[in-house]
Amino acid sequence: MFRDMTLGQYYPAESVIHKLDPRVKLVATFVYILSLFFIGSVTGYLLAALFLLSVIALSRVPIGFMVRGLRAIVILMVVAALFNVFLTPGEVIFSWRMFSVTKEGCFIAAKMVVRLTLLIMGSSVMTLTTTPANLTDGLEKLLGPLRKIRVPVHEMAMMMSIALRFIPILVEETDRIMKAQIARGADFESGNLIRRAKSLIPLLIPLFVSAFRRANDLAMAMEARCYRGGAGRTKMKPLVYSRRDRIAYLILALYPALLVAIGYFHFR
Amino acid sequence: MFVLDEVSYIYDKGGAYQSQALDRVSLTVGDGEFIGLIGHTGSGKSTLIQLMDALLKPDSGTIYYNGEDINGSSYDRRKLRSEVGLVFQYPEHQLFEESVFKDVCFGPKNLGLSQKEQELRAYRALELTGLSKECFYQSPFDLSGGQKRRAAIAGVLSMEPKVFILDEPTAGLDPKGRKEILNLIRDLREKTGMTVILVSHSMDDVADYADRIIAMDKGRVFLDGTPKEVFAHAEELAEAGLSVPEVTAIVRMIADRGLPVDTSVTTIPEARDEILRILGR
Repeated sequence: MFRDMTLGQYYPAESVIHKLDPRVKLVATFVYILSLFFIGSVTGYLLAALFLLSVIALSRVPIGFMVRGLRAIVILMVVAALFNVFLTPGEVIFSWRMFSVTKEGCFIAAKMVVRLTLLIMGSSVMTLTTTPANLTDGLEKLLGPLRKIRVPVHEMAMMMSIALRFIPILVEETDRIMKAQIARGADFESGNLIRRAKSLIPLLIPLFVSAFRRANDLAMAMEARCYRGGAGRTKMKPLVYSRRDRIAYLILALYPALLVAIGYFHFR
Repeated sequence: MFVLDEVSYIYDKGGAYQSQALDRVSLTVGDGEFIGLIGHTGSGKSTLIQLMDALLKPDSGTIYYNGEDINGSSYDRRKLRSEVGLVFQYPEHQLFEESVFKDVCFGPKNLGLSQKEQELRAYRALELTGLSKECFYQSPFDLSGGQKRRAAIAGVLSMEPKVFILDEPTAGLDPKGRKEILNLIRDLREKTGMTVILVSHSMDDVADYADRIIAMDKGRVFLDGTPKEVFAHAEELAEAGLSVPEVTAIVRMIADRGLPVDTSVTTIPEARDEILRILGR
């Protein structure tokens, strides 16, 4: 059941996208997501989809793997789309009893589905092609200037990298404990809501206990290596931009420029 | 009792880490056998035992338990799980109740037994594992590592399984704890006549306790027989990242020096007798 979670997972492969500096990928993802909220026309979305598809093709991550990340939000999308279709006032094209489908509703629903799909896939590209360690390195460097106004950038980056690192571990742990309890006759699937919530106790308590144990072990291991936060800490492999990264930035600058140039932006 | 027919399983199918965990494995497990299942990490041992408890579904092939396909649509898998007790690696990580006794009751409770029967079974199981009575009503989280392990094993035993499968039950225990757990399993089998499948990394342990050894490599069974038969294949075992028991290795070294010892010994008493024999005593 947890295998569907693509977001936050790394897919190992040899590709240009994998080799890019994490800062480039972070900025690119940010720009891309931002652009999705300004586009207001079909052609604009086509361009955005084309851009994303070419990046996916370059990344050599199987497209099926990307789409899997969407499964988690399918229900959310369907519900939101239905609300939009039925509850948007406007020109009625179809009606049945108290429900009526409007033209405007269909447009808004379609737009929202496309936006969400591109958004999720766009951020999946980043996480699938960048190891969590690299990602937080990039984030720490990008946010570095904030340290001057006393934002604990290093600590935040460290917390994020630990959290990301723990996701697969805890997913695996959940799977294991679940199987162990099923082997003891536990039933996680049948019964009403209250019964099902209760049946989660044998899963959640061991999971919490193990998360605390792991956190404790990790804290101990970090202290044993004299970890004391970001002050005066240097990197073994500092991030350096290469030619490849500069080219990527150039292409990235061209993308919104192209959108503006064809005039498909709607500043509202 | 168990018949596996050409069972294959693909791990993380369609994912980034897809691999063939089991490759057309066929074997039978008879009533009352004590099987030692050995193999390098990633050889498919854990997958195999999870398939036998219907916790995973094979991608191809069929698993029969007492003549019935356990993945059949009308098969009662809860009944299977009540008869096939599976103790996972580090089983103490599954403890969750406020007292050991309540935790051990969890299995029988899921079987739908009466309160009285649940408690009776829990008490029996806890006694069998040799956990001292003061521990019964303590929080499982206050026990020592070895005690937790026993409590968790009791949690599976209380379902009174006919087949008892243990995945490295001695991992992370000290030598005394290891011996105690293994002796416990042997005594249980003698008392109840249950079938035991013991997954282990220790050649010495399986040689000492099991009557039959199944060795796995890369998702396939490559050796299956009595300890003597299996440990006669020292070179093949080494290729699969396994070895022979320490005493077998010592006796083989003696044989290499030209002394006429029988290199098929697998346990310390046998080795002692064999060495005394060639010394002429």
